[in-house]
Amino acid sequence: MTDPAPDLLRIEGLTKTYPGVVANDDVSFAISKGEIHALLGENGAGKSTLVKMIYGLVKPDRGGMVLHGQAFAPTRPSAARAAGVAMVFQHFSLFEALNVAENVALGMESPPPMRELAARIRAVSEDYGLPLDPARMVGDLSAGERQRVEIVRCLLQDPKLLIMDEPTSVLTPQEVDILFQTLRKLSAEGTAILYISHKLEEIRALCDEATILRRGKVVGSCTPRDVSAREMAEMMVGAVLTPPARAARRDWGDAQPALAVAGLSVASPIPFGTSLKEVGFTVQRGEVLGIAGVAGNGQDELLLALSGELRCAPGMVQCFGKPIGHLGPNERRAMGFVAAPEDRLGHAAAPDMSLVENAFLSGSVRKGLTRNGFIDWARAKTWAEEVVAQYDVRTPGTWVAARALSGGNLQKFLMGRELSQSPEVVIINQPTWGVDAAAAAFIRQEILNRAQDGAAVVVISQDLDDLLEVSDRFAALNEGRLTPARPTEGLTVEEIGLMMGGAHGMEVAHHG
Amino acid sequence: MGLFMFRLEKRPSPSAFWQYATPVLAVLLTMVAGGALFALLGKNPVAAIRTIFWDPLFGEFAFYLRGQLLVKAGPLILIAVGLSLGFRAGIWNIGAEGQYIMGAIFGAGVALAVFPTENRLIFPVMIVAGAFGGWLWAMIPAVLKTRFNTNEILVSLMLVYVAQTVLSKAATGFLRNPQGMGFPGSRNFSSYPAARNVELFAGSGMHWGVVAAFIAVIAAYVLLQRHLLGFQIKLAGQAPRAARFAGVQPTRLVVMCMGISGALAGMAGMFEVAGPAGQISIDFASGYGFTAIIVAFLGRLNPIGILLAGLVMALTYVGGEMASTNLGLPSAAIQVFQGMLLFFLLGVDVLTNYRLRLTKGRAA
Repeated sequence: MTDPAPDLLRIEGLTKTYPGVVANDDVSFAISKGEIHALLGENGAGKSTLVKMIYGLVKPDRGGMVLHGQAFAPTRPSAARAAGVAMVFQHFSLFEALNVAENVALGMESPPPMRELAARIRAVSEDYGLPLDPARMVGDLSAGERQRVEIVRCLLQDPKLLIMDEPTSVLTPQEVDILFQTLRKLSAEGTAILYISHKLEEIRALCDEATILRRGKVVGSCTPRDVSAREMAEMMVGAVLTPPARAARRDWGDAQPALAVAGLSVASPIPFGTSLKEVGFTVQRGEVLGIAGVAGNGQDELLLALSGELRCAPGMVQCFGKPIGHLGPNERRAMGFVAAPEDRLGHAAAPDMSLVENAFLSGSVRKGLTRNGFIDWARAKTWAEEVVAQYDVRTPGTWVAARALSGGNLQKFLMGRELSQSPEVVIINQPTWGVDAAAAAFIRQEILNRAQDGAAVVVISQDLDDLLEVSDRFAALNEGRLTPARPTEGLTVEEIGLMMGGAHGMEVAHHG
Repeated sequence: MGLFMFRLEKRPSPSAFWQYATPVLAVLLTMVAGGALFALLGKNPVAAIRTIFWDPLFGEFAFYLRGQLLVKAGPLILIAVGLSLGFRAGIWNIGAEGQYIMGAIFGAGVALAVFPTENRLIFPVMIVAGAFGGWLWAMIPAVLKTRFNTNEILVSLMLVYVAQTVLSKAATGFLRNPQGMGFPGSRNFSSYPAARNVELFAGSGMHWGVVAAFIAVIAAYVLLQRHLLGFQIKLAGQAPRAARFAGVQPTRLVVMCMGISGALAGMAGMFEVAGPAGQISIDFASGYGFTAIIVAFLGRLNPIGILLAGLVMALTYVGGEMASTNLGLPSAAIQVFQGMLLFFLLGVDVLTNYRLRLTKGRAA
């Protein structure tokens, strides 16, 4: 299609091949001035490679880009920034022990004097409805506020194209609203925005155009307002999606809940972590409790306390009335616990170990993989192969190192590893982090199946879709405190947002 | 600027080839740099390198020197195998030399206490006592680390100097030979058959310590490949948080690793004092405990690798002695030579995880 409006950035046939995989295959599209353009695709579809090429982090093998009518081939991010391209990464690169202004200065080629910079930060942040105190320590900021630091850092460069990678994954619904207002304002002033996401409703609410990638190729484009989220999802996946099925819950008739947490208060073992304060909830067999919350509000600590890595007073955690707060991870596994931490490489899995070794890592107790302290590697391998087959993990074999798998594939493997141990209590942090829509649906279905089999399930997630689809009851973590659990049915997004802590003291708030 | 530059590029997974090639490359680089050092000292570098690496194996006195090879390699391998377990788990026992000395004192002390009783149980009891002495000495840094979070590197290293003081006290005081006419040093085990660590085959250099070293290599191999503890050791070293997730107790691991390495070092000391050294003397400590650190890394912390590395290191000992007597090389130069080995090994190690790329340089 030819557009009469002059394109700000035109991408022509970009191709990038990595050993064994074509990350981008002849990708072409254009973004015009002031346009909010969505880049949509499953994990591993090539979105990251594409934006890395635009931002000068990766050099394309073939093809080219045209920015402002001139050939554009940045060899490093500073060249891209000089040409007016800015990027907000999904994972922030901020120093927690420095204040906002110092963090911004660190990202600049030649920072102005601190006082002047602080004034500019204040001015820009207020212009765009993103209030920020330049003197505050980043370690004290919420995730939403940290993202604001990153955005303001970009805005100070007066960008012509702003790339945003999954910006809403750490925000409450109210904060998302504010971010969208900011982005719309930028767009109205002529800044183009390349918006990467897999949250389809957000894209429908925000974006003017969408380019859909699948396996490195452009498979379609659309105007998001004119199509349904379902249609976009099916374009993205290339298949028809079915929402998870849930059968009616069975009454197990237990006298005691499978998992009861009462008055759980523990200090965080993580620097700049959030201590848990008087957390309490119960989960029955066959029930799924969803725990929402913005990142960094105690999710990691709650998982550690439930998995047994962080111990507490015996009575704070109980399993069928038995106090287990003082027991370690393997003792709890023996009682039927499985846990899946959020951080895959380094916590849930050892990056340099093979999939077999990683399967053994958490499965040795429940799968009986040791005898007299000696490891039965043959059985561990058979089991790892079963997990790979059942959970559709794409890997050359079970001998490869965990770090060689893509994020989504590793997530599938690790979820499979925990869920295929016939657990009685399941604790999962971020079950569908980084996996594509089809895999996310599969994982949610498996979680529901375990509950059907009689497991008590706790799902901690920042993805509301996860929680709304699987949970029977719903609670939110906010600065280490847990709200009382409420039945999920009938909850509105607005109510959920308020449970999650509203807009974290932001100026523009839209509570009904 | 059209300059060419080297750039390091991270490999997607560690290179299997370089994992085995780096030790060999390090030995070659040591030969080159060592040769240059010897040349600067006014010696013929080719003759010096030949004396160190060739003559002990195939030279005129090889029949004797080959036996010496096992005598030197035995304690190095035994100590290095123990150290490698801790090193893999990120537990740094640098004080094997002290544990080696204490093992020798405990082992010798037991035998000398019952002198001149002849009983077949004496030697086995000495082995246990030697291992216990080393274990006890290693428990000091282990307990201080687990209780008070002290640094095991510093504590274990400092305890080497304490052990050396105890050693000179033993040689001149509580273990001194009452019939030694006031000279420092204990009774000589060569004249105490029940407590003697005999050479098993004449001229082979093979004594019980060498046997123990071979057993340790096999046991460590099995431990690392098949046993839960070995898995936990590797896991704790590679991914400490994943280790906690897997239920590994860091405290227990510190105590186990320090204990095993201390016991093996103590055993090595006991075999040495009852065999090749023959007695507790002021200069009994010969640095095996420190050299074993080099051996452990040269062998890639892998038991089989350590076996080979121990033999190579023994070669530099035996050959180095030859070079200093025949060519008049100062013994300090030989020690520098051995140190270079570790230096180059750590230096070229980067190639396992990174590849070297020649690029057209540009000002950064």
